[in-house]
Amino acid sequence: MPDGLFIFFAALTLGAALLLVLSRNAVTSAMGMILALVGVAAEFFLLDAYFLGVLQVLVYAGAVMVLFLFIIMLLDTEDAQGAYPWKTAALGLATFFLLAAGVLWLFHWSGAVSAVKAGATPPELSANPAEFVTAAKAFGRLLYTKYLLPLEIAGFLLLVALVGVVSLSKDNPENKA
Amino acid sequence: MENTSLAHHLLLAGLLFVLGLTGVLIRRNLLVVYMCLELMLAAATLALVAFSRFNRTMDGAVLVFFVITVAAAEVAVGLALIVALFRKRGTVQSDALTTLRD
Repeated sequence: MPDGLFIFFAALTLGAALLLVLSRNAVTSAMGMILALVGVAAEFFLLDAYFLGVLQVLVYAGAVMVLFLFIIMLLDTEDAQGAYPWKTAALGLATFFLLAAGVLWLFHWSGAVSAVKAGATPPELSANPAEFVTAAKAFGRLLYTKYLLPLEIAGFLLLVALVGVVSLSKDNPENKA
Repeated sequence: MENTSLAHHLLLAGLLFVLGLTGVLIRRNLLVVYMCLELMLAAATLALVAFSRFNRTMDGAVLVFFVITVAAAEVAVGLALIVALFRKRGTVQSDALTTLRD
């Protein structure tokens, strides 16, 4: 049996994701998304990735989802009424159950994962100790040595996205026709 | 964490990914479709962190850092596109946007 906290946060994450997929109201979907992302962040904490957990809550559940909620309320889209068309519902159900069965089999019963690596417990890490400061330090060291070029590219990508969003959302007089 | 194996984390990540994919397939509101895409990204990052932890390296975790960065940039551009689309067409329901199909 896995850890109790793991089960709790896994159930929270999956339930919130279900709310995101099934809710007819876009704002309720966004709330489910926030809850799911917080659940994923909690799983990061359980995996000793404290820095990533904090980053997930700050960037995803904080900034990105506020942006989503802002746009949802700005556009004020009407909710689709009535049931899903039966074709859509059948496609969704078939996709979900086929893939979920595949995932269950692959990771739970086929034994492929535990045969590869460390089936039981995670080895206690000496190179990645639990202290938050040390974990963030390890990130900084890697980001400025081994991953320096990707870091530069990510920074440039953010700049490009910034300029792109400004030019996209500018009121273009030619579109007014 | 004593009895939680790599397979448990991968199982959770896989189920999250499947939920996100189902949402992308069945939802018609572009904003919700976009959120389901983000859910699939989050599932992938969970798998990366789990592998990183169980293999005792930081590389997977650093990759997650970049995934979060790229996802933030992607969300900004995508939402700007959706707003521009809404300005031009007045809807974000994907079954109303069939100009290329018809």
